[in-house]
Amino acid sequence: MGHTLTEKILADHAGLEEVHPGQFVDVAVDLVLSNDITAPLAIREFEKLGVERVFDPARVVIVADHFVPNKDIPSAQQSLVIRQFAHAQKLVHYYDVGRMGIEHVLLPEQGLVVPGDVVVGADSHTCTYGALGAFATGMGSTDIAVAMATGRVWMRVPETMRIVYHGQLQPWVGGKDLILHTIGQIGVDGARYKAIEFGGPVVAALPMAGRFTMANMAIEAGAKAGLFPVDQTTLAYLGGRAARPYRVYEPDADATYQQVIEIEVSHLEPQVAFPHLPANTRPVTQVVEVPVDQVVIGSCTNGWLEDLRVAAEVLRGRSVHRDVRCIIIPGSPQVYLDALREGLLEVFIEAGAAVSTPTCGPCLGGHMGVLAAGERAVSTTNRNFRGRMGHPDSEVYLAGPAVAAASAVAGRIIHPSELE
Amino acid sequence: MRITGRVWKYGDHVDTDVIIPARYLNTSVMEELARHCLEDLDPKFATLVQPGDVIVAGENFGCGSSREHAPLAIKGAGVSCVIARSFARIFYRNAINIGLPILECPAAVQDVEDGHQIEVDLESGQVRNLTTGRVFRVEPYPPFMMAIIESGGLVPYTRQRLKAARKPNVSQDEVRQ
Ligand code: SF4
Repeated sequence: MGHTLTEKILADHAGLEEVHPGQFVDVAVDLVLSNDITAPLAIREFEKLGVERVFDPARVVIVADHFVPNKDIPSAQQSLVIRQFAHAQKLVHYYDVGRMGIEHVLLPEQGLVVPGDVVVGADSHTCTYGALGAFATGMGSTDIAVAMATGRVWMRVPETMRIVYHGQLQPWVGGKDLILHTIGQIGVDGARYKAIEFGGPVVAALPMAGRFTMANMAIEAGAKAGLFPVDQTTLAYLGGRAARPYRVYEPDADATYQQVIEIEVSHLEPQVAFPHLPANTRPVTQVVEVPVDQVVIGSCTNGWLEDLRVAAEVLRGRSVHRDVRCIIIPGSPQVYLDALREGLLEVFIEAGAAVSTPTCGPCLGGHMGVLAAGERAVSTTNRNFRGRMGHPDSEVYLAGPAVAAASAVAGRIIHPSELE
Repeated sequence: MRITGRVWKYGDHVDTDVIIPARYLNTSVMEELARHCLEDLDPKFATLVQPGDVIVAGENFGCGSSREHAPLAIKGAGVSCVIARSFARIFYRNAINIGLPILECPAAVQDVEDGHQIEVDLESGQVRNLTTGRVFRVEPYPPFMMAIIESGGLVPYTRQRLKAARKPNVSQDEVRQ
């Protein structure tokens, strides 16, 4: 009986010949991540363990990205706790203002995650690294504390669900639309406990940014992880970047999938998820007269250079609607610099958009664009739960960068082709 | 580890917000949290629950946020075990990690009613409804998970393991070989 990508990676990290769904295993982890919100709690539990040092200062990563640059005194205190811990533990990969990016953009970009890794993070979107053929998943603070101390975690081997995409993507349709459409189909608990393995000709043709976007939102369907097979696109991305040697795992041809879903996407339009659930998706042409107050382009979902290029393509030579605040946040310093050198930032600023240093900021209603009561935003982020970006009576519509940028120009949610 | 207690039965999708509302998250003291456990779903639960009692529920128990305060509140209330048709993933981990036994057993959920007496044997994986006499099987915990629960959670379990004379840390390379 063959095994899925997930089963093969987990078996190796558990030191076992093979593993089966439902089995509990104790696995070695390659990387342990936390951020300015979750690290302070994990550090508190870590201190209860009575260990002096983290298991490996090169494999415990802390990124200050959520409320950073510090938005207020409590967030400054939290940053202080992690900064002191990082210094005391001599962490090799601790990222503070100026070098920090949104963790899930930064880690792949810095080559810290490689194929075949097991990565655990005190952040639910740790699953983003599945795009590189790694098994990556989010956990609670106690888990992360123990992983920081021992380099190991316990896991239940998940069933694998395979989602295969066929067809040819329409213009302005990308990874965000594929994953929003998928979540709309299977629901927010459609993949609960499971690993998703994405595949088929459409994802094979998808650039890395689109794959990161899709893996990132696997959690929005309840999944434990969302993985892509490693191919030429992955290898090209890793070239000159991978910080460690790695092993590429492939699913067996006769792997057992708990479920296989086939999706034909040739007629798929750009998607929009209505409040207050990522599964409330509709094709953009069915969105009628929804005016917007704010547009956010960024986050670990769509803060990649490719996303900014799409936004710039729409905004070039156009103006953000006078009643809209358009906020653009590159995902990392490198993305920021690349966008600057390509002239994208100029396009944004000339169009009347605000460009910020990398931060999670408005994605979780932290800072840099919090919504007031009754306000409505189109955002390229991943969650539109009630109150996610500010006041409980505000609304968030999720979309890809093309629809977000077009809506910023029109002042209401539109298909980008409406501008042409 | 054998558990006997009265059943408190609830439905599907009991989320972490009703288990412990966000307005009480300014503390992580278990006893404090326990005073408000399930208060928005069943106001009498926190005052009437007895040590050893068991919560039985439907699908997706513990869905919502990743707050560890939710299993802490349940454990602090004296609940000895939660049995459900299914659990949300992060709740499942958090519960085991803080030493709260939880079991997936749809057949038992089907049979058991509020107020029944129930007996759970974690080692053998047996759930016995003492009121109806029916017995259900669940997959027993693997030894390491049983050990986490018996130690009172992942932190005390790990602390013991690290203290033990055994080599404290198995390095990655040793595991891979
Ligand atoms: S950008 Fe948003 S979803 Fe991503 S890590 Fe930051 S807060 Fe979380």
